[in-house]
Amino acid sequence: MSRTHITCTVNGDPVDFLASDGTSLLDALRDELGLTGAKEGCGTGDCGACSVLIDGRLNCSCLVFAPEAEGTEIVTVEGIADDDRLHPLQQTFLEGAALQCGICTPGVLIAAKALLDANPDPTETEIRYALAGNLCRCTGYDKIVRSVQEAAVQLKGAAR
Amino acid sequence: MTDVRIDETRTSERAPRIGESAPRPDGIPKVDGSFTFSSDLWHDRMLWGGTLRSPHPSARIRSIDIGPAVAVTGVHAVLTAADVPGNPAYGLEHADQPVLAADVVRYEGEPVAIVAADHPEAVRLALEAIVVDYESTVPLVDPGAAESSDPIHPDGNLIRRIHLRHGDQDVVGEVVVEGTYEVGMQDQAFLGPESGLAVPAEDGGVDLFIATQWLHVDRDQVAACLGLAPELVRLTLAGVGGAFGAREDLSLHAHLCLLALHTRRPVKMVYSREESFHGHVHRHPARMWYRHHADRAGNLLRVEARLLLDGGAYASSSGAVIANATCFAAGPYRIPSADIEGVVVRTNNPPCGAMRGFGAVQTCIGHEAQMDRLAAALDMDPVELRMRNVLASGDRLLTGQVITGTAPVAEVLRTCADHPSAAALSEDPMSLPGGAGRTADPEHVHRGEAIALGFKNLLFSEGFDDFSSALCRLEDGIATITCACAEVGQGFVTLAQQITREVLGVDDVVLTPASTATVGSAGSTSASRQTWMSGGAVQAACEEVRTTLLTRVAAEHGVDPDELVMADGRVMSLAGALDIDLASVTTEPVEADVEFHHAPTSPLDEYGQGDAHVSFAFSAHRAIVDVDRDLGLVKVVELTTSQDVGRVLNPLQAVGQLEGGAAQGVGLAVMEEVQVLDGRIRNASFTDYLVPTALDMPPVEIAALIEEPEPGAPFGAKGIGEPPSISSTAAVVAAIRAATDLELAHVPVRPTDIALAGA
Repeated sequence: MSRTHITCTVNGDPVDFLASDGTSLLDALRDELGLTGAKEGCGTGDCGACSVLIDGRLNCSCLVFAPEAEGTEIVTVEGIADDDRLHPLQQTFLEGAALQCGICTPGVLIAAKALLDANPDPTETEIRYALAGNLCRCTGYDKIVRSVQEAAVQLKGAAR
Repeated sequence: MTDVRIDETRTSERAPRIGESAPRPDGIPKVDGSFTFSSDLWHDRMLWGGTLRSPHPSARIRSIDIGPAVAVTGVHAVLTAADVPGNPAYGLEHADQPVLAADVVRYEGEPVAIVAADHPEAVRLALEAIVVDYESTVPLVDPGAAESSDPIHPDGNLIRRIHLRHGDQDVVGEVVVEGTYEVGMQDQAFLGPESGLAVPAEDGGVDLFIATQWLHVDRDQVAACLGLAPELVRLTLAGVGGAFGAREDLSLHAHLCLLALHTRRPVKMVYSREESFHGHVHRHPARMWYRHHADRAGNLLRVEARLLLDGGAYASSSGAVIANATCFAAGPYRIPSADIEGVVVRTNNPPCGAMRGFGAVQTCIGHEAQMDRLAAALDMDPVELRMRNVLASGDRLLTGQVITGTAPVAEVLRTCADHPSAAALSEDPMSLPGGAGRTADPEHVHRGEAIALGFKNLLFSEGFDDFSSALCRLEDGIATITCACAEVGQGFVTLAQQITREVLGVDDVVLTPASTATVGSAGSTSASRQTWMSGGAVQAACEEVRTTLLTRVAAEHGVDPDELVMADGRVMSLAGALDIDLASVTTEPVEADVEFHHAPTSPLDEYGQGDAHVSFAFSAHRAIVDVDRDLGLVKVVELTTSQDVGRVLNPLQAVGQLEGGAAQGVGLAVMEEVQVLDGRIRNASFTDYLVPTALDMPPVEIAALIEEPEPGAPFGAKGIGEPPSISSTAAVVAAIRAATDLELAHVPVRPTDIALAGA
């Protein structure tokens, strides 16, 4: 099995690893780099549990081949907190009970961050559209939507 | 023994108690990505496991040649039925399901062989290299033909028949309505597919880290298959990515242990989504016929019903599911006469078993459609008809059992029906059925509104001794709780800490990992039972510790123990003379080990009569939908609910259960159906099996949480997990009927059922 040497930035840290051509970025993150925050829920890009940011854009890492990550900047759920200080989305998800089993949560947080990075003041409908690629089987989405709204308010307050 | 670590959960800040919205103690690791789900387990020496599954729904196995697979580089083991050292079969109610198929396969996807190799790619190559010579046979796929067909299993094709007869059998109503209904197969669709890690132990046993709903019953089944004493098989709960019933049966448990014991290496296995659709039981598809009798004033006189559930190839929990379907077939109404026959059969379709609502979901779809039909026949308001007939405490069920606990059904229905609706007609094309651009003609969008009422039993029924166990240890002012209750997302870990703080007046509560090695069974995380049963066990253990400690302190200080209280990390006398730091009096630990049992129940007799159930919970949903008649698309605009909860222990968590359960109900109403054709699943992916997204779900309006404390339940709290999935589907389907004037006998309602109706 031939393996490619890949160099990229993950959560601000330069990393390098070996991956065969058919390896997904998700498997590389999980099995080579030990970053198990992103999950495989479906393997077909339908559930969003594997969501990561690649150069700021939202992607299903199960649909990206690991060699495609060469030279990119990747952000996973492990990288959105500011050292020990949780990201406002993480904090509002905790306080707003926006997670139950929590296996969709890393992907939902990344998708919500991608939304708020691009649109700091989304409507409820915009939030629901932005998160429609992230399945959650536990919550019914209400508390997720509320928590994203609350985080948006906090982020706007902090930016002022 | 093993390097695998499952973290304890701990809270040590100022800690909310009963009735407050305490945050989850596992919340921070779940939002920062560090929580260890079963799929995240890792061992440096581990191998990867995989499963070869039957491509046929029915076939004889002539031969299996593993030689080419063994020869694949990196392969450490290829095992078949001949390698199962103990009981060749397992099962929740009957051990009827082979660990690995030996001579016959009975459903598409049945495990035939398992492989362990040093890389997932080697596993894949080895599975492809196994040569199985099948003689395909004609599958039995029609549940209606099961009883008259040749048996497909030595146990026969009838799994269970219950013929419930209650009251005067000659009653005929002045108004009679009849209907036939069909419910498709729903998948639990948890987001975390089956996975686990088995580690062989030096004592000849095995440690299995697994996502499950019931560690101890898994252990007993696995140990029997391995031919090992139960104490040599130790199961520890790994993080569970949702369950909803699909983790009540074994899936890869025995396979992992067989491979680990055979290779003497840790083995990890993770199902793909497609494999997961074949790897767990589903909600039973149902065919239901009903006839309701009433007088002209709208009093229900008699209900007749014939219920047929397709159990698929193996029994799983089908026997208990059909008991629920039969007992609750007519809904939460006072009915003096009934003839209900419930039958669940074996076919070559995918096995069916537990899913949230457990038999009561299917029948709620039937009985609520019947109530609407009856209201129409009587020209009566559907809410008024229901209100006239609702059960109350002291009433008799169809099983003859008198409800001795709380049954605020009228309040549940009234609060839900009276709740103001916020749903305005929207002009925004984004909010029309199908979203922007998909609606054919906004003029053809019709709005419908309807209400549905449902109920089911809490805890296990029919005489099952359904207990939970908990250990409490209070040392240096810190309480440590050990309980094998499976946290599957529902929030037991939060409640266990709240209960402990409430009873012992402490802030610091540590929950040790749930394991078979440290404590007795907690029973299953199902049947809405863990708040009551394991919550009850934790409460009882803490109370025993409190009594022991206060008795000792009272004796030391010469005061009456009844004068002492525990609060804010201190032991104090009511009179104020004594005020001691809890840590200073618990340098010697105080411990309790309790088993908590609920009130006993009885089996059903040959007429389906008996005090078979412990307690009941009731819910109502009102749905408002917009329907595009041209395209058959449905938008659920608003969902309002009231639920009988006994007492709310954690408001945010409780509402979360109501919202999440309703989403699964919406899914069953309009999109979720496992398509099985000739015994084969055609949509084993999230591309083709659709579950509701954030766009499909409306906000869920909570009209009321009805709090009437239930006698016997800890703090009066009833289980709340299942009712939200019961009446929600029926309400949405009824609202679609209201919008379209169509009968819509099939659930989920498919676009073609609407768009092509009458075509």
